[in-house]
Order: sequence, then C-alpha cells, then structure tokens
Amino acid sequence: MQTTATAPERAGALFDDYVAMLRIRGFEEEIQRQFVKGNVHGTTHLCNGHEAVSVGVARALGPDDVFAATYRGHGHALANGVEIGGLAAELMGRATGTCGGRSGSMNVIDRDHGLLGCFGIVGGTISTATGAALALKGNGRVAVAFFGEGAVNQAYFAECLNFAKVFELPVVFVCENNLYGEYTPWEQVTAGLDICGRAQALGIPAERVDGNEVPTVEMAARRALERARAGGGPTLLECMTYRLVGHSRSDPATYRKPGELERWRRRDPLVLARAALMREHGMDDDAVAALEKGVEREVTAAFEAALEAPFPQAQEVAHA
Amino acid sequence: MLEFRTALNEALAEELAADPSVLVIGEDVAAAGGVFKVTEGLVDRFGADRVIDTPISELALAGVMFGGGIMGVRPVVEIMFGDFVPLVMDGLINQAAKYRFLTGGRHGVPVVVRSAVGAGGRFGAIHSQNPGVWLHGVPGLKVVCPSSPADAKALLRASIRDDDPVLFLEHKRLYSAKGPEEEERVALGSARVVRAGSDVTIVSVMKGVGDALQAAEALAGQGVDAEVIDLRSLRPLDVATVLESVGRTSRLVAVEEGARTGGWAAGLLGAVAEEGLDMIDEVWTLTTPDTPIPFSPPLEDAHLPGPGHIEASVLEHLRVAA
Repeated sequence: MQTTATAPERAGALFDDYVAMLRIRGFEEEIQRQFVKGNVHGTTHLCNGHEAVSVGVARALGPDDVFAATYRGHGHALANGVEIGGLAAELMGRATGTCGGRSGSMNVIDRDHGLLGCFGIVGGTISTATGAALALKGNGRVAVAFFGEGAVNQAYFAECLNFAKVFELPVVFVCENNLYGEYTPWEQVTAGLDICGRAQALGIPAERVDGNEVPTVEMAARRALERARAGGGPTLLECMTYRLVGHSRSDPATYRKPGELERWRRRDPLVLARAALMREHGMDDDAVAALEKGVEREVTAAFEAALEAPFPQAQEVAHA
Repeated sequence: MLEFRTALNEALAEELAADPSVLVIGEDVAAAGGVFKVTEGLVDRFGADRVIDTPISELALAGVMFGGGIMGVRPVVEIMFGDFVPLVMDGLINQAAKYRFLTGGRHGVPVVVRSAVGAGGRFGAIHSQNPGVWLHGVPGLKVVCPSSPADAKALLRASIRDDDPVLFLEHKRLYSAKGPEEEERVALGSARVVRAGSDVTIVSVMKGVGDALQAAEALAGQGVDAEVIDLRSLRPLDVATVLESVGRTSRLVAVEEGARTGGWAAGLLGAVAEEGLDMIDEVWTLTTPDTPIPFSPPLEDAHLPGPGHIEASVLEHLRVAA
C-alpha cells in the first residue's frame, strides 16, 4: 500500500519543512563559526545542502523507528528531534552535551530520539541498521541507515544488503549521493555508476530521487517504510544531493568542477523550500524573513547556552 | 564426565531456553550444527528464527550483531576460526566496545563472539592463531578463554548473560577433552588456582593449562612443587590471584601459545612487576617464536610450548636461580 500525503497536508508541512531545514543550516553555519573560534574541537563534517534528505526521511519515520547516522550526521539528528542545545554542547565538549562530552561530532548517540549512533567508519551505519532490523523484524518497526555514495564501495554495502534481503529485514538504506567521496568525484571511483542497480541485482527495490526536495524524499521514504513494515524487506533510496561546503574543517573544495557549485546553489534545498512556501502557502518576503529570524534566535540561544555550560570534570576521566 | 564441546552445547541450549532474546548465529551453525559440532541439534530444539545460518559475511555479521545487540537481542555469533576475527574487528572494537562508554553507561551491547582458536591441529598459519592478543587491549571488551569443560560451560553462560561484548575463545585441541561436571557459577575475570604448589607459579590459559598441569606432575617427581593458575580470561586480567601466588612462590612463568611480542604473557609480567617487584625472585615468559605458525608437524610441534618445554624451562630457571 502506498501512502501519499494529500496536497493540503503537504502545503501545511512546507512550513515545518522549511523551519527544520533552517535549523540544520543555522546549526551548521554556527558550528563553522565556533570551529574557527576554537570552541568546536577536532573536526567537523557539515551537511549544508543535504538538509532535505534528513528532513524528508524524518517526516516519514514513525515514533518507534530508529536510524543510524553518518559522521555528517548533525542534520539527521536535528531533523529527528535531537535537542539542538545538547548537540551544540556535545560538539563543544561540554558536560551538558547529548553524550556528556564523551562522543563529539562523529559519534553522537541519542536513543531517546531513535538515533542509534553516528558512525565515523564509512558504511558502519549499514550494518548497524541491518542488525537493528534483525531485532525489530515482525513488530512493525523499521531501521534506517544513512550513508554516502562512497559507502557503496565498502564491503559493508555488499554484505549487509545481501544479509538484509536474505532475511527480508525491515530496513531502509538511504544513500545520500553528494557526488564526492571526501575529495574524489564519485564517477572516478565507482564502477557502473549505478547504485540502485547494485541493490536491484540482489532483488532489493531501489529508486533514485531528487534529494533536494523534501516532499520527494518523504514520499519515497514512506513507500520504503510501508514495504518494510508490511514484511516486504529492505529498500534502497538513492537521494541525489550536493555538499555546499567542504568535506571537513577548512577544506576549500578546490576539486569542484567549474560552475558546479553555482548550479547546485540554485537547487539549494532551502531555496527550493522557501520558494515553495511562498508559492503554495501565500507567504510574502516579510513573513518568511520573520520565520527565518525566529529560527536564527533559537540557534543563537542554543549556542549561547552551550558556550556557558561547564566542561566535564577531569576526575571523571576514568569512569567507565 | 563432560566433553568440552558438549559443555558448550549445553550452555547455549540452557541460555536459549532461559531467555527468548538469545540468538545463535553464524556460518553453518544451524543445519550443519557447526563445523566443530558445538551447535548440533540446537536448530531442532529452538527453531530457525533463533539458530540462524548466515551468509559468509563476517564483517557484516559483527556489525549486524552490534545493531541487534543495541536493539534488544542477545546474539551469540560463531566466527568459525579465530583467524577470521580481523574481519569482525570494526564491529567489535569500533562499535560494540565503545557503546556503553559513549552513552554514559546507559546502553550495553550484549554480544558474544565465539571462535575456534589455537594451533596443534596442522591447520597452518592462517587457521591456528589466537586472536585474543589482538583484542585484549580494547577497553569495553572482555576476552574469555576456558581450559576445562566445566569452565567452558560456566563461562559461556556468564558471557551470554553479560550485558557487554565478550570474545569467547575455544581452543580447537580442547573440543574433545573430557572433565568432571561442576555446577559452579563463575564470574568473568576470575582466575583459578588449578594446582597448589610452593616453588614456582605457572600461569596459562586454554590448552596451556593442561600442558602446565602435565609439566607440574613431571616436576613433582623431580622435587619441584609447581602451582598452576588458569587465568580463564585475558580481559579482565586477574592480576590479584597471580600476585597472591607469586607472594608464596616468588617465581612466575607465563606460558603463552603465541608470540612474545605484544602477547598477554609479557603484559602479565609487567603488571606483576609493577605491584610485586619486591617479592619476585624471577619471572619469565615461555612463548612461541616471533614467527607465523608453521604447518609441517615437526615444525609446528617445535613451535608450540608443550608440557616438555614447560618442564625443561622451569628446571633450567630453578637451577640457575639455586
């Protein structure tokens, strides 16, 4: 059975979609600023440009579903309700962080919001969600794995897709194809350039969708989740998107092809959602600007609180 | 008398019966009953949903069991040979072993990885290793290594009931070993004095314990009274029991079926020296050479520290010390 939201429902959801994506973008931009100031430690992997995938899948997930996120996982976390102040504090190593400062950006876990973990090993989400699905099979819950197109060349992809299909597990594999594995163009290192085809060769239904449009991602995710809940086994979604910032830290992304960034900026998911909101919700520039200001204040307040939060006590270091 | 492989089979059956969330999973564990026949008959009793044959995908298996473990099942994974453990290291080290710490103690990963290990069977360099030494330095993981059928049963049950990941090593040369049945519950991380003695403490694990006992009997005929300790796990490492023994004997030899460099024996000696240097007359290790394990029978036999090597080594050291 295919679940399709009606047009009025979608129009109402556009507002929430835009707010959710603004929150993620605002968070990532503030993380970059705090990183430059030295308040965010180690490294960062920002998801600017991927927001519609996170928000679209989150729209489709049920309250008891779970998901495994990548090291580029702030969007996955925030879209699914992980508290923004806690996440900001975690990245700044504070005691009030989501994991009390033990995890940092690449390893955030928040089981209260379905987040099984963020994984710093490329492809680690695939096995984690497959295993979660083994535990969830038959009880109507579904596990989702987010991963980039680079992960399809990891053994995890081949082994776990086979595993999930053999046991018809309720798992949805969400590939965010942003065209680059770190600094390398995917077409240079991916034989066949057909990620859906790899899944289909195993009998797994797969579809490639526009990953910069929330409604498109949401509808595809709903179809996949329904299939999983109904006992139909795994599905792969290839969401085409683009990373509007570098791979990590201060990567200037000089490897981009000429004109590519400009083309994708015109298809920025926030630009698309803003236009849809004005078109279908009848909002004018002032109304949207007020909305944007509100989210900006929320993000600012979250970071201000995080910056004032204490660091963990050094004497807690040996606590297991 | 209880056979080692039967003891393991009984432990699995009892835990499968006691807790519906326990799964036994791996290559050829269901229909075939395991290549070492440890899981024989379990699928008939507990069904194919709980005793599960999988694809030959060790990397996936470990990651999948991590995902299952954090969502409420208690998987007991069979990795056919210890030499395949490198394929499960990402799931075990990077995922399962970190989860409790990263969640502030709230969420464990109740996964057991069982694996057949050890040399002496003419399996060659890449079907004879002990992966315990690659993993006993990983915080968050336990490495359990029984030497007797009764301990195999008690320790496997304790491992399955443990809420954190356990690597459970089964020495291939012990599967057909027989020993007395004991109903004792054993806590993970507790060594056992298997022979009391006063002149020297011989410490080992798995097959090495039986070798040490044989050596101790031979030494007794030559006036040397050896104490033998079975560590039973490499992590946690029960240094206290060893220190207590060395306090009485003042001499310690750690017998390891594995290379000296980076092995558990050297680590044990370091821990004993840190805490008990004043009571030590002599400590040494008896290990394999720092080479891979050879295939040809005379080469493999010479490579491994058997009862004769242990006896000769103790005599040599005690004579030098005397």
